[in-house]
Amino acid sequence: MKLASLSRAMFLGFVRDRAAVIFSILLPVLFLLLFGTIFKNSSAPKISLITVGQVSLIRQAQAADPGGLAKIMTVTAGKSLPAALAAVRKGTDDGVVLQRGNTLVLRYSIADPTKAGIVQSVVGSIVQAANQAGRPPAYTLAASQVQDRTLKGIQYVTPGLLAWALASGAAFGSSITLVTWRQNKLLRRLRLAPVGTGQIVAARIGISVAIGLVQMAVFLGIATLPYFGLKLTYAWYMAIPLVVCGILAFMSIGLLVGAVAKTQQAASAIVNLVILPMAFLGGAFLPLDFAPAWVREASHAMPLSYLVNAMQDVMARGEGPAAALPAIGILLGFTLVLSLIAVRVFRWDDV
Amino acid sequence: MSASISVRDLRKRYGDVAAVDGVSFDVEQGEFFGILGPNGAGKTTTLEIIEGLRKPDSGDVTVLGLPAWPRNPGLLPRIGVQLQASSFFERLSAIEQIRTFAALYDVPAKRADQMLEVVGLTEQAGTRTEKLSGGQAQRLSIACALVHDPELLFLDEPTGALDPQARRNLWDLLRQIAGSGRTVVLTTHHMDEAETLCDRVAIMDHGKILRAGPPAALVRELDRPLRMSVQSGLVSADQATEFSGEQATDDGVSLTIVTTHPAQVLAGLANRDALAGLRVQGATLEDVFLSLTGREYRA
Repeated sequence: MKLASLSRAMFLGFVRDRAAVIFSILLPVLFLLLFGTIFKNSSAPKISLITVGQVSLIRQAQAADPGGLAKIMTVTAGKSLPAALAAVRKGTDDGVVLQRGNTLVLRYSIADPTKAGIVQSVVGSIVQAANQAGRPPAYTLAASQVQDRTLKGIQYVTPGLLAWALASGAAFGSSITLVTWRQNKLLRRLRLAPVGTGQIVAARIGISVAIGLVQMAVFLGIATLPYFGLKLTYAWYMAIPLVVCGILAFMSIGLLVGAVAKTQQAASAIVNLVILPMAFLGGAFLPLDFAPAWVREASHAMPLSYLVNAMQDVMARGEGPAAALPAIGILLGFTLVLSLIAVRVFRWDDV
Repeated sequence: MSASISVRDLRKRYGDVAAVDGVSFDVEQGEFFGILGPNGAGKTTTLEIIEGLRKPDSGDVTVLGLPAWPRNPGLLPRIGVQLQASSFFERLSAIEQIRTFAALYDVPAKRADQMLEVVGLTEQAGTRTEKLSGGQAQRLSIACALVHDPELLFLDEPTGALDPQARRNLWDLLRQIAGSGRTVVLTTHHMDEAETLCDRVAIMDHGKILRAGPPAALVRELDRPLRMSVQSGLVSADQATEFSGEQATDDGVSLTIVTTHPAQVLAGLANRDALAGLRVQGATLEDVFLSLTGREYRA
């Protein structure tokens, strides 16, 4: 009864705080709209290849797996070599292939390094496959590797944004509550009521987790709309325990901040200072694949990057449920350590 | 004995400052007891020790017959604490606040609703606490402190920033609460409040109790001259000085005589039929405070 009524009070306090609701539910959705729209068409770039004369290897490849090859490249027959080369120079097409006996000649532009790389590896794999005659499945494999290396925009951005939104919601929620309650002496009032600290903390965790799961449901609901086209991979349900552990970890950050900060302004400034760099350097907004080495090193020290990575693994990269376990362990360990510190520096009132 | 609170030689230091420096007093059951003093006098620390929130350096404190430290959870349902008008859950209505507090004490919602009626907030039941006026918020705060019907009630600056009408309103409520046989401990800056509400007060400064007793007795002990004034023009200042034996002054509005022999002055005025607009001002608790601390009152 005590737990239920505390939870109810906290829940009402949250849903009636329009700013908090906007911040925790609408803002991430707005980010999703923004990022989702930007990244919508930037899926793994499709290659257009021109063949000049008879190129039997490409024909064989098309015949062996018509759908697979069409996914990554369009092949058109060119009229002459000079015309085809001109098209490549202009950037309308990405490469020209012609066959001279057993040699496949490939000419491509390096204007777009990504496409250049893809052209090389695709054509290279076709040649390789042809060399191992009688085992046609080889190129489906090669082609899929090329496509898989970069996640489609929405696939990348959804788990990251979700992780960031939940993390900052949890950290802000717990730090601001703690500071406010200390300032208005509600903390002292509750201490003088026959209710244990454990019950107050349990109510707060319950509410934070519930809010987080609602955020997650709304967010995924929107991201899987055809407009955005998020496709969850099979072990996505592991994102639920990940989210719960992530919320615990970031609540413990909030608890520590709330114990140290004297005013709400100070608390939200500190939380921002902690979460925002983590969001960028931890890969919540942008992929770290091309980031400098030190950023990738630094990301190992950030709980958010483990959460983001594990969520991408299970939600978008198609990894199995076990991929979430290391991150769950790390997040829980982090929670434990930070909570212990927070309890040590905790104050019931300002003296 | 029936002492609700017994404090013996209580001491508490913060660094070099002796916040509470050898305080002893008793609060009897059913008594309305006031602790007066400026900020930093040690009232809050004393109260926090009694409430079991702080550990004293030395001294004994028993509350309802039980030691206050170590913190005794069994005492919590028997005491009620009213802190500030803002010590509420955010964004809850009046009725949601009091029902939440009721639930913390395992008190049914029905009793919470009754309590809201006692403090006259039934009409504001659905109003968010942020939207209540200062007086209404204080009433709610008191209702929340009383919802579990505690034997001992602590009130901290209950009329803090209220306008005169709201203060008087609240005083009526507090008298009603005290009338039901409950022990009430009040801390306040306001001497007039203590004088009108408390059976007994203790005046504190620099961590010590300077004087304790019923307000009227403290004022009487001070033995200050009375300030008697009547309408100007009924009797001349010279005549008045003559029959009263004190220096009388006339500022054109009132004739004022400051005296320690009120009977003689009153008789003199009455004989000359010069009692119109009579006003007699005695010393107040504030004068007691000023004479005890020997300095300006730091509110």
